[in-house]
Amino acid sequence: MAQVTLNAVRKVYANGAEALAPATFTIPDGELTVLVGPSGCGKSTMLRMVAGLESVTEGEISIGERIVNDVDPADRNIAMVFQNYALYPHMTVANNMGYGLRNRGMNRAAIAAKVREAAELLNLVEFLDRKPSQLSGGQRQRVAMGRAIVREPDLFLFDEPLSNLDAKLRNQMRIEIRSLQRRLATTAMYVTHDQVEAMTMADRIIVLNGGRIEQIGTPNEIYEHPASTFVASFMGAPPMNLLDADAAQGRVTLKGGAFVPRSGVNGQAGPVTVGIRPEDVCPSPQGDLDFSVDIIEELGAQRLLHGQMAGQPFSVAVAKDQPASTGAMRLALKPGAVHLFDAANGHRL
Amino acid sequence: MADLTQTRVAATVTTPTRPVRRIPWEAIGDHAILIAGAALMLVPVYMMLASSSHTDITIHRNGLQFGFGDDMAANYNAALFEYGGFTNTVNGMTMLGNSMILGLGFAIGKIIVGMMAAYAIVYFRLRFATLAFWVIFTTLLLPLEVRILPSYEVITWMNLGNTYTGLIVPLIASATATFFFRQFFMSVPEELIEAARIDGAGPFKFFIDILVPLSRTMIAAMFIIMFVYGWNQYLWPTLITTDETLFTLVRGIRQIMQAYADGSTTPEYGEAAALALIAMAPPVLIVVFFQNWFVKGLTESDK
Repeated sequence: MAQVTLNAVRKVYANGAEALAPATFTIPDGELTVLVGPSGCGKSTMLRMVAGLESVTEGEISIGERIVNDVDPADRNIAMVFQNYALYPHMTVANNMGYGLRNRGMNRAAIAAKVREAAELLNLVEFLDRKPSQLSGGQRQRVAMGRAIVREPDLFLFDEPLSNLDAKLRNQMRIEIRSLQRRLATTAMYVTHDQVEAMTMADRIIVLNGGRIEQIGTPNEIYEHPASTFVASFMGAPPMNLLDADAAQGRVTLKGGAFVPRSGVNGQAGPVTVGIRPEDVCPSPQGDLDFSVDIIEELGAQRLLHGQMAGQPFSVAVAKDQPASTGAMRLALKPGAVHLFDAANGHRL
Repeated sequence: MADLTQTRVAATVTTPTRPVRRIPWEAIGDHAILIAGAALMLVPVYMMLASSSHTDITIHRNGLQFGFGDDMAANYNAALFEYGGFTNTVNGMTMLGNSMILGLGFAIGKIIVGMMAAYAIVYFRLRFATLAFWVIFTTLLLPLEVRILPSYEVITWMNLGNTYTGLIVPLIASATATFFFRQFFMSVPEELIEAARIDGAGPFKFFIDILVPLSRTMIAAMFIIMFVYGWNQYLWPTLITTDETLFTLVRGIRQIMQAYADGSTTPEYGEAAALALIAMAPPVLIVVFFQNWFVKGLTESDK
């Protein structure tokens, strides 16, 4: 159990490329923090720096009270779960899980007891004598989890652990990992590029883009108050609609001429970006906005209507019991639906 | 290698997928060619076997034989247990032992050196690792035969002539094993070493606990190739060993035939044929028994 603190941690590769701009944040004890962002945003680099697999160019990383910049990965008391599981192919499940303990000089009986305990927790008891190649993807993932658990580390590190699983198993493992982490109350860092994973699993999300932290917050904060157009478009499926507009005299007008009510703009003038989530509008004959539907996507629980608003692409999500057809319609905004961003730098206004 | 071809033929014969009562001319044609090839390889071996059952006089008069004679036991007995040579201190068993020491020492030594060199090159951030690898690699262009005089110089200068060390070590110095192990290590996923690091395995433990077991099939394949190569060495043992008790089989066969030069006796043809077959046996047996490992090691990269 430990909190993790990064203090102005920066990573520059030997070729001069900055993989991570100075990042400062604290992960409170027992929380699961998800690092999310598109590939190449520096999230894995950050995780590997905490693990000690990647050197720190500047700044300090501490786990608990201890600064670990120069501590060997083995001595940081962390455990890591890799995307491709990284199980030792020639060892049985039991040996895979116990290898770390064996290297730390624990006696056989104690190792066996711990492995057994972890295996029971993960429903792996019957597989203890098998080799990884005889297991399914989900089972291998569990073994990797087991290997992390038996060590009773201060910190779990997950590097895209579910990317190699199929969609159904991914949903299931997502819940399993989450409940396991809750039960063990171990601090965890979890890297993913999947915003659904981030939203569903995190106590706190760190959104990264191009080596910079865009926003840190709870899933709710991130979703309700995205700090930038990047966060707004990255988090949430379908993504938020972003429309070019102009602000003047407390009014926002879309580039195509339509006026956006309830924008809450005060004093700004000049070009802005208007963000509206697809589910924050609803078809209504008394609505304020004109929308023409080109394509309807059926998702089962809801329908997505893709089309144009004021000459710009726009999507609307409607519930499954709401009839929809292509063609023109009017949309009404729900309260608080409009997000405004600076058009130049994308920051929230 | 003749026997390798032969066993492959056998393997393909056993799996005909037969359509409904049609004469599979294509398969018959293929097999005819393969059988002819195998026969071409095996007939000389058979001739050796048949000839090894005749007396020296018969062979001297009538040439190599296709039928079996009555002297098989006597010839093999003489080949294995009768002391001969210039000093009369060496028999077939001694030579068999020497060949075994050369083959095993060479194969094992080469695997150990090759694995350790490859481990250093692949896993450690050495300053000139790539350069070192290519320098090692160029030794592939310099087999022992090319550098035989300097090697001889060095070994005699070190007083290692007529020793097993002098016999084996210079042969070990070449890049084949290093090269194969490097390629193999590079295919081992990066995450495995990272997981091992987090699990607290140092470089030595990682090598012994993870890399060596993972390389099992590769080691077996290397062992087969290297053992056969070492066993069949002729030039270097001839050069470096003058003490007859250190003679290897491959070289001993020639020693028997050399009696011809004396002119006073008939060359011991039967015994030579027997010895040739004995010399062939161990490599053949190793290839036959370790065939599966061999194929796995050279074709499978993962698991």
